[in-house]
Amino acid sequence: MTEFPWLSAVIFLPLLGAATLWFMPASAARWLTLGCTLLVFIIALPLWWAFDSGSSHMQFVERVSWISSPPIEYSVGLDGISLPLFLMTAFLMPFCILVSWSAITTRVHSFMATLLIMESAMLGVFAALDFVLFYVFWEVMLIPMYLLIGIWGGPNRLYAAIKFFLYTLAGSLLLLVAILALYFHGGHTFDIQALSRNSYGVTLQNLLFWAFFAAFAVKVPMFPFHTWLPDAHVEAPTAGSVILASVLLKMGAYGFLRFTLPMLPDATATFTTLMIALSIIAILYGAYMALAQSDLKKLIAYSSVSHMGFVTLGIFVFNTQGIEGAVMQMINHGITTGALFCCVGIIYERTHSRLIADNAGLAGPMPRYATCLMIFILSSLGLPGTNSFVGEFLVLAGTFVWSKLATTLAALGIILAAAYLLWMAQRVVFGVPSVDQRAHLSDLSFREMATLIPLIILVFWIGFFPNPFLTRMHATVGGLMADGIEPIRTVAPGQDQVASDTSPLIRDPQSLLVSP
Amino acid sequence: MTIPLNDILAILPELIVIGAACLVLALDPITPAARKDALAWLTLAALACCIGVTSSQMTSRVSAFSDLVIVDPYAGFWKLLLYIVTGLTVLLSVVYLKSERLHVGEYYGFILLSLSGMMVMVSAADLLTIYLGTELMSLSLYVLAGLKRSEPRSLEASAKYFVLGAFSSGILLYGISLLFGVAGSTRLPDIAAVTAGQGLGNPILTLAMILLAVGFGFKLAVVPFHMWTPDVYQGSPTSVTVFMAVASKAASFGAFLRVFTEGLGGLRADWYGLFLIICIATLILGNVVAIVQTNIKRMLAYSSIAHAGYALIGVVAAARVGTPDSSTGLASVMLYLAMYAFMTMGAFAIVAMLRKGSLEGEEIQDFSGLAKREPLPAFFMLIFLVSLAGIPPTAGFIGKLYVFMAAVEAGLAWLAVVAVIFAAISAYYYLRIVMVMYMREPDPDIIPAPRFESSPALSIVLACALAGVVLLGLFPNIVVSLAVQAVPLMK
Repeated sequence: MTEFPWLSAVIFLPLLGAATLWFMPASAARWLTLGCTLLVFIIALPLWWAFDSGSSHMQFVERVSWISSPPIEYSVGLDGISLPLFLMTAFLMPFCILVSWSAITTRVHSFMATLLIMESAMLGVFAALDFVLFYVFWEVMLIPMYLLIGIWGGPNRLYAAIKFFLYTLAGSLLLLVAILALYFHGGHTFDIQALSRNSYGVTLQNLLFWAFFAAFAVKVPMFPFHTWLPDAHVEAPTAGSVILASVLLKMGAYGFLRFTLPMLPDATATFTTLMIALSIIAILYGAYMALAQSDLKKLIAYSSVSHMGFVTLGIFVFNTQGIEGAVMQMINHGITTGALFCCVGIIYERTHSRLIADNAGLAGPMPRYATCLMIFILSSLGLPGTNSFVGEFLVLAGTFVWSKLATTLAALGIILAAAYLLWMAQRVVFGVPSVDQRAHLSDLSFREMATLIPLIILVFWIGFFPNPFLTRMHATVGGLMADGIEPIRTVAPGQDQVASDTSPLIRDPQSLLVSP
Repeated sequence: MTIPLNDILAILPELIVIGAACLVLALDPITPAARKDALAWLTLAALACCIGVTSSQMTSRVSAFSDLVIVDPYAGFWKLLLYIVTGLTVLLSVVYLKSERLHVGEYYGFILLSLSGMMVMVSAADLLTIYLGTELMSLSLYVLAGLKRSEPRSLEASAKYFVLGAFSSGILLYGISLLFGVAGSTRLPDIAAVTAGQGLGNPILTLAMILLAVGFGFKLAVVPFHMWTPDVYQGSPTSVTVFMAVASKAASFGAFLRVFTEGLGGLRADWYGLFLIICIATLILGNVVAIVQTNIKRMLAYSSIAHAGYALIGVVAAARVGTPDSSTGLASVMLYLAMYAFMTMGAFAIVAMLRKGSLEGEEIQDFSGLAKREPLPAFFMLIFLVSLAGIPPTAGFIGKLYVFMAAVEAGLAWLAVVAVIFAAISAYYYLRIVMVMYMREPDPDIIPAPRFESSPALSIVLACALAGVVLLGLFPNIVVSLAVQAVPLMK
């Protein structure tokens, strides 16, 4: 306990930065924010090596009593699932600042402060070990995001902002009731780990499952609760889109992993088929919708629906490959889609249009931009050697154990992804540009290169060496599986045969992947 | 006849307040118009003394005047809340009355008289004492509501409030008389002793209980007895509105809870259903009608109706037969009103001081683009609205957390679900103000452009309200333990 509370320092440093911004001149706001987010990342980074990947327990735990009656604690900690997401959030924030550097010209102070408050809340969500604390962080995020979309967004921003807000709030308020119900049925505690160890009656589990589902499925978003996402993405400023796609959507999936699976194993088993069906619908429907979009941001938004379908698919097939694949896919989607939104933001600053038709043929005037965009597009469609391949492959491998039909349908989503992404690339990168466009298109500046290159490095690094990520997850996912494997077996006895047939091949995901 | 010293000491805070009220009324004619502020400082000094006295009475439980008055932690909790709210109201009034050019010295006298009525209400152990307190509070408020004599709306508010208030007092009194008929006493412990075990079998008792519920329903402004609220809140001077919305509501809840727990606790199986219906109706109507308001004072009026609905959840939870511990529900009500006081205070203070020339900017339209012109007040308003919507880390969230918790503990999870659905709806109309302030351009058609009139006294009010909202949201321990200690016993 005498150790320095590194985790809290990381979580609250952005908040401190936001408070300091108030006293800063406008010219310094950008630099201060960038410095703050970089500092947060630098402090957070050593956690990666300090993390003991052999343990499935929470690490870097800090506990302080917050409210005495009922006992609500300020307790934070990380395990193999939250650590990568926590670091990814800290990693992406500097890029959100960089990409807003010249795009945001009005109320820079407030914008930067809003981003910093968001960062604190997002880091808190991934680290919280107390259910009420988690809920507090989860909800705190809504107001800054609402302001981000509503103040600095596009022409239809008011509608998009309130839609985002009401959708997510309605879902999370049901979560609050579920949290309170768990408190009384789970031994009068809000401690997430203690609640996960308890078992609950079947009826209660089913009710709680749907309350959790309301909160998490809206956030992911799962079909049919995805309709807020395209609106929010299209209207949000670039940094808002990046945060939405890269971090906010992950919180829903994280919620499923952290709460639904360990606390409600029986209900999860009951509704597995439905959840997987919804995931596959999301994969195919998202991809299908993406094919039809003429707006770049909307296209990427629908591709997010499709990609997040893989995440929920991996989570609900409930085996090691599936879950590790889902977490990988969460990180990869965060990096790749975040980068794609950055790319759209960069081109929007130049042409003031997000339409594919207005941004055709960029390979000529902007070769560096076209190269970066191409890399992210290929990463997004899951080209082997890039990050997304690892996640999608693991998810599909996990799904294969559960059902071959589901795997086939999900794999169809990858083919569709190739179709809409390559078709977009064909038009945007290699299409015929309109004559008046070319003159004023300058290629990437140093700042923009600095935004995209670290992301490219990560794309290939994870693509070729996913093991450092996977090893950190093994113990945690193993622990999760050990807690919940029994009910799965009892519900689907026929699956055991399949599992043992295929296990030599894919039981250990490491064996498939290149070791560093 | 001599009055024992102990009795005098027990009602010392009431005596201080009434003494100060008389002093203010006496000094008013001889104070020059330019120095009327001095009366406000006098009022604040009296309140400071009261805070000291009441704090020292918080641990003991003293009955005075042959058990007509009781001074216990429960009364202390409400009194402390009332002092704070009154103090902030007085500070707000200092600036507000100047802007409105209402140079009325009696104002502070009536505020203090009303406060003394509220204090009597929360520390009475006898139905007639409660009735006296209610009347003292209401009569002063009727006068205050009509203070803007030049404005028809203010007069209408006063008249409406008076007629409906008198009507509800009549109902209350009728209920008390019936109860006296059954129990042979108006003292709460005697009533509890007689009514325990009797239920719907005694029609007079049932009728008395219903009449009391209706009488208090008017004071609490719960559906379907809320009709007067929007008009009165809109028409009254805003500093009076906030006093009604916060102090009068808190005092009414204080008296209401005591009567229904310490007096009619034995009948809780009967009044449980009654208040369950009232609670749900209040949640629905308050939140839904607030959506369509264009005047922010009316919107806040409906919002205050809705908040009474949330508080009633705690009452219902405490009353449910089979609830393991009724104190959770009752404590959550007290907590909820304490949280509600600060955020409503803050929101009304902003509304009061947003001026269009000599008028108040009370249309929602007047708030458009406020964040550009007046960033700090807009930010304050944002926090208050977020808190009213119940989003963490604000006091509003903590209040809702405890109320919902009481509901879930009592096995009323479905009621909590209904409440959260309406909480989500309420977020829509609160955020609409945020949207207007932050995401719209200032409306050039509004002339003169609304400005926020800042002043040191107002800054203190806003700072206190903000501190209340944020600190109680982050560190609610102190208030929670105060409420838990002070909770009345369900007989």
